Amino acid sequence: MTDLTKLTLAEARDGLTAKTFTATELTTAFLGAIEQANPALNAYVLQTPDLALAQAAESDKRIAAGTARPLEGLPLGHKDLFCTKGVRTTACSLILDEFTPTYESTVGQNLWDAGAVMLGKLNNDEFAMGSSNETSRFGPVVNPWQRTRNGVKDNAKLVPGGSSGGSSAAVSADLCLAATATDTGGSIRQPAALTGTVGIKPTYGRCSRWGIVAFASSLDQAGPIAKTVRDAAIMLRHMASHDPKDSTSVDVAVPDYEAALGQSLKGLRVGIPREYRVDGMSADADALWQKGIAWLKDAGATVHDISLPHTKYALPAYYIVAPAECSSNLARYDGVRYGLRVPGKDLVDTYESTRAAGFGKEVRRRVLIGTYVLSAGYYDAYYLKAQKVRTLIKRDFDEAWNSVDVVLTPTTPNPAFGQGEKSGDPIAMYLEDIFTVTVNMAGLPGISVPAGLSAEGTPMGLQLIGKPVDEATLFRTAHAIEAAAGHFRVPGRWWA
Amino acid sequence: MNVDEATVKRIARLARIKITAEEAKGLEAELTGILTWVEQLDEVDTEGVEPMTRVVPIKLKMRADEVTDGEIAAQVTGNAPLTEDGFYVVPKVVE
Repeated sequence: MTDLTKLTLAEARDGLTAKTFTATELTTAFLGAIEQANPALNAYVLQTPDLALAQAAESDKRIAAGTARPLEGLPLGHKDLFCTKGVRTTACSLILDEFTPTYESTVGQNLWDAGAVMLGKLNNDEFAMGSSNETSRFGPVVNPWQRTRNGVKDNAKLVPGGSSGGSSAAVSADLCLAATATDTGGSIRQPAALTGTVGIKPTYGRCSRWGIVAFASSLDQAGPIAKTVRDAAIMLRHMASHDPKDSTSVDVAVPDYEAALGQSLKGLRVGIPREYRVDGMSADADALWQKGIAWLKDAGATVHDISLPHTKYALPAYYIVAPAECSSNLARYDGVRYGLRVPGKDLVDTYESTRAAGFGKEVRRRVLIGTYVLSAGYYDAYYLKAQKVRTLIKRDFDEAWNSVDVVLTPTTPNPAFGQGEKSGDPIAMYLEDIFTVTVNMAGLPGISVPAGLSAEGTPMGLQLIGKPVDEATLFRTAHAIEAAAGHFRVPGRWWA
Repeated sequence: MNVDEATVKRIARLARIKITAEEAKGLEAELTGILTWVEQLDEVDTEGVEPMTRVVPIKLKMRADEVTDGEIAAQVTGNAPLTEDGFYVVPKVVE
């Protein structure tokens, strides 16, 4: 039998429908692959084989009975930021200890209601704060891709991006058909770019935030990481929903995104923002950007130079807004109601000792920055100022939509870097999100699609940014790039 | 912006995170670096600009003011480090 783990989500769906294999066979193949790869890649922080096999058995029954649901029997990985009923959820932080939710996130529930199978919980940066998946309590995730320097294979362990590094590594290593992820400043798109996978952060409010461990509430959005644009389209359709339990959830019908694929790009206007040509961008990223422009022109689109003047201020404004909201959200971890408790001599000492032991270095740093910018006398100078800058960033895009339908940029300035190469310098790490963070600040949808390989033989992505709730145009355009660029699969399973 | 040791200790106290003297020293430099970096926002003229509160212009929905959940005390306290008779137990607060 062929290796079922190499199938795309769409191919697996077709195979199950045609009864070429069963959901149990498919799930068993993934469980075996995970067992073999996880010691080397560390993508899963918790495997749930019993649950997965029970779900698969139910799927096989439904397929036999002719009552299959849209994602029936398709095995997925689930980021550990999503609360899962009866299954440990930690946000990869020590402070959540062995926290076992008594409820399911809305996004998760949507997927299970559609018949999907959960293989386990995926690694991420602690509380989704990081761009390399090196801040997890369970240790770093290893990128399945390896780089070549001067014609020689480099033995450095590369990062899979972050914060959704478990999701990107698992998808690119065929340890699930697709994965859930979340994106606050680039945490879906940057890891997708660094692993040759497709990742979309939908419009703010498209996916319910209910049951997702909160980082920065005005920026957090869920979305999928998948092997192909089609797979991402299938996933998002079933993750997104209007949810009365999230008051910021958008009440707009979720279209069948697959229907947008293959439609002509004739007449599509693509904007190229000059401000994205930044210092420190690799020649590889620039070359791919030019290729992307050529591919879209060939597909019938017209290309236009545009200006987004406040682009350079998005990242510094983000590093006020995100820590401020994180310090508020993470105030709930007090060692009293759930999670870790480190006993102190009195209540305040218990709080302080618990939070010192439970939060990792990067989380502590961000909580402190956030506390500082929100503290008495500084609110106007920092938080309010940053929120005003955010209005200007959004205005830049509103202006751009008068002349273009979609914006094309590189996803990251550089390909995957080695573990430890950026962890000593917070600002160098923050710059990983320079092209992705504007999208969160403006609440827009953005997709990363693999576009080529760097000089080191590692994947790089192009990002498309769209109008609010116009994910369909992103899928259509990304599909055209994918058709021109081809697919980028990990050359060899060195971990097997 | 220069963050000194006293400021680091003050905000650590506000954030309820215990830090050692050595950590405070390192945080002085890190926080100063980050806060100096974000100061470039001062270049932007935001006179008369409204702060952003919502990214998508939707009206906040209202729902009927009625109980939709509850009577699940066991679930609510199910993950607590220490409980007694459905209550959370913490060290003495009042002497």
